[in-house]
Amino acid sequence: MNQPFHKRKERLNLFQTLFGKKKNIKVTPSEMNIEMCPKCSTAIESQTLKQQNYVCSQCNHHFPLSAYDRIDAHFDADSFIEIYAKANSNHLNSFPDYLNKLTKYQKSSDLNEAVVVGTARIANQKVAVAIMDSRFMMGSMGQIVGEKITRIIELADRRKYPLIIFTASGGARMQEGILSLVQMAKTSAALERFHQNNGLYISILTHPTTGGVSASFAMLGDIIVAEPKALIGFAGRRVIEKTLQEQLPEDFQSAEFLKAKGFVDKIVSRNSLRTFLIQVLKLHNLEVKL
Amino acid sequence: MKMLSAWERITIARAQNRLKALDLIPHLFDHFVELHGDRLYGDDRALVGGLASFEGQAVTVLAQSKGRNLDENLSCNFGMLHPEGYRKAMRLAKQAEKFKRPIITIIDTAGAYPGKGAEERGQAEAIAQCLRLFSQIKVPVIALVLSEGGSGGALALSVANKIYMFENAVYSILSPEGFSSILWKDETRAKEAAELMECTAFDLQAKGFVDRIIEEAEQGLEADPLYSIVQIKDAIRQDLNAMHKMKLNVMLEQRYQKFRKLGAQL
Repeated sequence: MNQPFHKRKERLNLFQTLFGKKKNIKVTPSEMNIEMCPKCSTAIESQTLKQQNYVCSQCNHHFPLSAYDRIDAHFDADSFIEIYAKANSNHLNSFPDYLNKLTKYQKSSDLNEAVVVGTARIANQKVAVAIMDSRFMMGSMGQIVGEKITRIIELADRRKYPLIIFTASGGARMQEGILSLVQMAKTSAALERFHQNNGLYISILTHPTTGGVSASFAMLGDIIVAEPKALIGFAGRRVIEKTLQEQLPEDFQSAEFLKAKGFVDKIVSRNSLRTFLIQVLKLHNLEVKL
Repeated sequence: MKMLSAWERITIARAQNRLKALDLIPHLFDHFVELHGDRLYGDDRALVGGLASFEGQAVTVLAQSKGRNLDENLSCNFGMLHPEGYRKAMRLAKQAEKFKRPIITIIDTAGAYPGKGAEERGQAEAIAQCLRLFSQIKVPVIALVLSEGGSGGALALSVANKIYMFENAVYSILSPEGFSSILWKDETRAKEAAELMECTAFDLQAKGFVDRIIEEAEQGLEADPLYSIVQIKDAIRQDLNAMHKMKLNVMLEQRYQKFRKLGAQL
């Protein structure tokens, strides 16, 4: 019952922000670009929201962030060199409607797959990075995602770079069957070798990190941080509620819940992450020059 | 071998009278000594682990157990592991490494348990650590898929040098019911989903995941288990012999490459 009123209130807020109080003000098209915080209903200008790295200044809600926006937000300007950018899954199999779905997401997200990998600098320290993007098919992990992540782990191992992975995924991609499931084992095995060679791996869990991704490389960081309120878990809430026939508490599987249970080192707000990463790199005797 | 549809195989694999891990263990091994607990929280009955002798050679057995009757089903949660089960497996795997015992796992689970406590105690972390540990454990690992291999919960104990699979077993990313409910928002189309999922032993051998298929007797596995047991014993004997002859790094590389090669083109 609250839903329609809430929606109306949102619209009213937006209207007031746009036209309220100050009369006869000329609204330019860029000012029309307003986004609404889904948590606190504050209207925020798109430009401002981008400058704030898509974090609501009122309630600290973290909007979903595209892979490239994340790179801009955390790494030295123009330092990112992408590899395997063209790799896509279009040729992999003939599962019904899969190719259609892939091309649809390729258009809507401007990505070829659900992860972007490459090298970047952070305060001048070279790092190997993988950034998942939940806009592409829920960030699901198929063969290409698993292979790109494995190759970036191997690159970090060869070049002795620290490894930073941002996870955002609904889990393994069912259209690719067993070959997507085994990516969990492949990435975890590559990480074990990286760890044995004393590589530093920082895992950053963003909303949502669930299923096969949470049960593999996401949970294998030397340091595991999470964005505030991110959903992190293995099984889906609906599956658990159906199994147990009971309602789960609101904060179940939130980043804060996982930290309280001992599975996350620290909750780091998006706008503090760069500083946090620099500090951690420094404490591993890595060359950071501010 | 019989030509059956994927759904027919699923029906066989899930049957209540299907041979279970607890039936299989005495056929394959002598002197099984069960060891309990993860030393952290509890003892998960869905994972039966311990020491045994395979043709005179000490091995560590890690078996997912669904139970053979309702009492057992309930006590072992229908074979759906909690994090304690995966942590018990890891404890016993490290022990196997210490005493240089090969590890034989038996896979039989619909999946890791999707419960509140399981999430609170880190189901995802437990599975991830299992995948990581088994990838480099310094003893031979052989996995035997008995009937159902469901998602990450099965994969956690499948990181092996060799994977054997019973003729009528299935192994998939999620259940056909879950698959059809996500794909078509309709759980009743599971049968249709099953045929699409490429989840039979033959599909998985073609993809390079399964190394050997264990044939089941014409009249059914339950009617003549020895028909299959002989094949499994021959296979384990051959593969362990071959692995014992390998240098440690070659044996580990074999296991690493088995998974590294799957879906490796860009």
